[in-house]
Amino acid sequence: MSTYAEYATGAPVVDTKAPSGPVNERWDKRRFEAKLVNPANRRKHTVIVVGTGLAGGSAGATLAEQGYHVVQFCFQDSPRRAHSIAAQGGINAAKNYRNDGDSIHRLFYDTVKGGDFRARESNVHRLAQISVEIIDQCVAQGVPFAREYGGLLDTRSFGGVQVSRTFYARGQTGQQLLLGAYQALSRQIAAGNVEMHARTEMLDLIVVDGRARGIVARDLITGKIDTYFADAVVLASGGYGNVFYLSTNAMNSNATAIWRAHRRGAYFANPCFTQIHPTCIPRTGDHQSKLTLMSESLRNDGRIWVPKAKGDTRPAAEIPEDERDYYLERIYPSFGNLVPRDIASRAAKNVCDEGRGVGPGGQGVYLDFADAIQRMGRKAVEAKYGNLFDMYQRITDEDPYEVPMRIYPAVHYTMGGLWVDYDLQTTIPGLFAIGEANFSDHGANRLGASALMQGLADGYFVLPSTINDYLARNPHQDELSTEHPVVQEVLAETEDRLNLLLSVDGDRTPDSFHRELGELMWEFCGMARTETGLRKALERIPQIREEFWRRIKVPGTGEEFNQSLEKANRIVDYLELAELMCLDALHRAESCGGHFREESQTADGEAERKDEEFSYAAAWEFTDTGASPVLHKEELTFEYVHPTQRSYA
Amino acid sequence: MKLTLRVWRQKNAGADGAMSTYEVDGISPDMSFLEMLDTLNEELIVKGEDPVAFDHDCREGICGACSLVINGDAHGPERTTSCQLHMRSFQDGDTIDVEPWRAAAFPVVKDLVVDRSAFDRIIQAGGYITAPTGAAPEAHATPVPKPDADFAFEHAECIGCGACVAACPNGSAMLFTSAKVNHLNVLPQGSPERETRVLDMVDQMDAEGFGGCTLTGECATACPKGIPLPSIAAMNKEWLRAQRRVARR
Repeated sequence: MSTYAEYATGAPVVDTKAPSGPVNERWDKRRFEAKLVNPANRRKHTVIVVGTGLAGGSAGATLAEQGYHVVQFCFQDSPRRAHSIAAQGGINAAKNYRNDGDSIHRLFYDTVKGGDFRARESNVHRLAQISVEIIDQCVAQGVPFAREYGGLLDTRSFGGVQVSRTFYARGQTGQQLLLGAYQALSRQIAAGNVEMHARTEMLDLIVVDGRARGIVARDLITGKIDTYFADAVVLASGGYGNVFYLSTNAMNSNATAIWRAHRRGAYFANPCFTQIHPTCIPRTGDHQSKLTLMSESLRNDGRIWVPKAKGDTRPAAEIPEDERDYYLERIYPSFGNLVPRDIASRAAKNVCDEGRGVGPGGQGVYLDFADAIQRMGRKAVEAKYGNLFDMYQRITDEDPYEVPMRIYPAVHYTMGGLWVDYDLQTTIPGLFAIGEANFSDHGANRLGASALMQGLADGYFVLPSTINDYLARNPHQDELSTEHPVVQEVLAETEDRLNLLLSVDGDRTPDSFHRELGELMWEFCGMARTETGLRKALERIPQIREEFWRRIKVPGTGEEFNQSLEKANRIVDYLELAELMCLDALHRAESCGGHFREESQTADGEAERKDEEFSYAAAWEFTDTGASPVLHKEELTFEYVHPTQRSYA
Repeated sequence: MKLTLRVWRQKNAGADGAMSTYEVDGISPDMSFLEMLDTLNEELIVKGEDPVAFDHDCREGICGACSLVINGDAHGPERTTSCQLHMRSFQDGDTIDVEPWRAAAFPVVKDLVVDRSAFDRIIQAGGYITAPTGAAPEAHATPVPKPDADFAFEHAECIGCGACVAACPNGSAMLFTSAKVNHLNVLPQGSPERETRVLDMVDQMDAEGFGGCTLTGECATACPKGIPLPSIAAMNKEWLRAQRRVARR
């Protein structure tokens, strides 16, 4: 048995940037206290931004507009393809256009509560405040949000809340918001303020004298590994859901940027907080390469059910009404099908575990629109969900207007990420993390339509304000030399790693290892976790890692376009991150949000939080591969939203 | 299903390419086309051969990365992206040709991967609304008539995959360019830059080496997002209007 699980606890980590005082004044206060960089001096500063999704794209554009010299990277062939583009449902904002009782305070309250009291009040309140500015900004850019006949913006309600605060662009909100940010970024590229490197992947971070000063990146076409230097580095590289192999993330989304930063000293917070999305299309077989999510806006009108009897294999239409179990409506009468994602996902798992699941392998539940079609008419359903229905039909070859959809939960989002303070700065001075790459705002569970809000809040508004303070306090230094010993060392380590991958010449493909790790994680660190299971995973992961370095086969060379090499290198990092996720899940012997420990549940099977022991963010410090990390706790205090056991009954 | 694949293999931009033939077996009709290629690649790697390079990312038809000419059609026989094409569209025993986008402005990088950065440069030339962060008025200050908003959305759906160019016998990028021009020009927010936008984007499109439009209509037939052919006519109208207005100034 490895000693990995015997971690030490270090000094608490403290958010020194969070202002005190009334929560609604803190953001103003911080912005006023933050030092500014003289506009004439800004162009002397270079900021590296890694990633071009909602957070990275908006940050790169905004920093360039402010006058900074931005050097930006994405591994895709174009910044327009970052995975934010796949977000469907919408973006929350406390505009209260519906006059339905919404307010900044309510959005703040809902987000803290929805996150199961594991996020900072200061951050969440700022997010709610900024939400209204985001909508203004996006409309000004020409984002074609859905509108009413009077020409004003339409909104809808979305999983887990009782107000209509979600702005949307049919089922393609992420695409439209991302294109807005991409276009703003494109304008800055054309103006020469952003130096854009597409098809270039960050492979390591350069830290000199305790400050982030640059990155090592590989040109994916030529294979050339280069160094890039800056006064500050911003990671906007997204989440790490692909650790599970099957997830709704894009195939190439990966954890390398944040994991390499973690290895260089940035603490990694709450890695076990992963979100399992309840409405995904079930898998069809072993060939499955990824899972497809369908917007949970479908839960507004669709009703979720399974047969009452175990092993009922009749087609849905032949199961009479009184033999169906609309289990969400039964267990949670006031929220019904709109309970938060973690609750809906777990309930689906429970009914499938009972043997009442539908479809191949019993790994699915029905999402039925028959009532909605009867109530609203097929035309109205088509107008609202047409593209989602088409997508479902294309993938499954079943017509959801005729037979109920089958859905099953899938890994979708990671709330954990690099630990950041109120300024979104990691524990490495000069290294910032924004969007899904950080851990900041969603606690243990993210509400629907809040990822887009956070990505754009961080990129358009928060980081461009807070990074000034760092740059003003750390005046511009001479550019690093590539001959600097630290630079040489990081470069050599990167080259060695890739060369090693190419030289093993074993008999197993990168995907075969990724799949094996993913299945392990889904079983033991997925929707429900136990001490026994997690210990099993912790025992198994180092064995897979050892086998990986013995049997991996990467064809080709490093000096060419080599997608196998890209994959294998990402798996190296998954194999380490997975271990930390399991350890974090093991140490947090409570259930909260997306983290459900079977040992910690109430008599009626609901998640039981243990605030006295676990009201903190767990920030882990890296020591060495396979060696136990050091835990630093950031205590969370709640002055405005009193922690209660979540209840959606 | 058992299939014969004839795949374009090209080591890099400078090398000559050729079609290579592969057999794949055990293909399920529920697989996506890309999952079928994954199956081939897994076998190639184990045999120590170079797997087939192809662009892909979201695999749900929205990122626009995948870009295969399948049996001579951009994205294959169905009106969708390559990643959303499923093997149930083929028959057991079929021979399937798989090629990259073919267009002078999209040089091949490797195998089935092409360089579409010309599209980015067209957007950089004017495919945006100048609205620096923080400068925005209240969102409801300018209502947008619903038909205009819907028209903008219909064109904003373009995923920038390049199927329009690949399908066009002239390698024209008119459908791509017109989609963005129409999305932004119809909105009140896009109106101040209406003329410069269309003129600069069209100039850039020409400079990138895309061909002219002869109204063949293949682009709109291949477009997985259904950008309509009249989009091109609407852009031409915008371009003429802009020419006249600029000449008057």
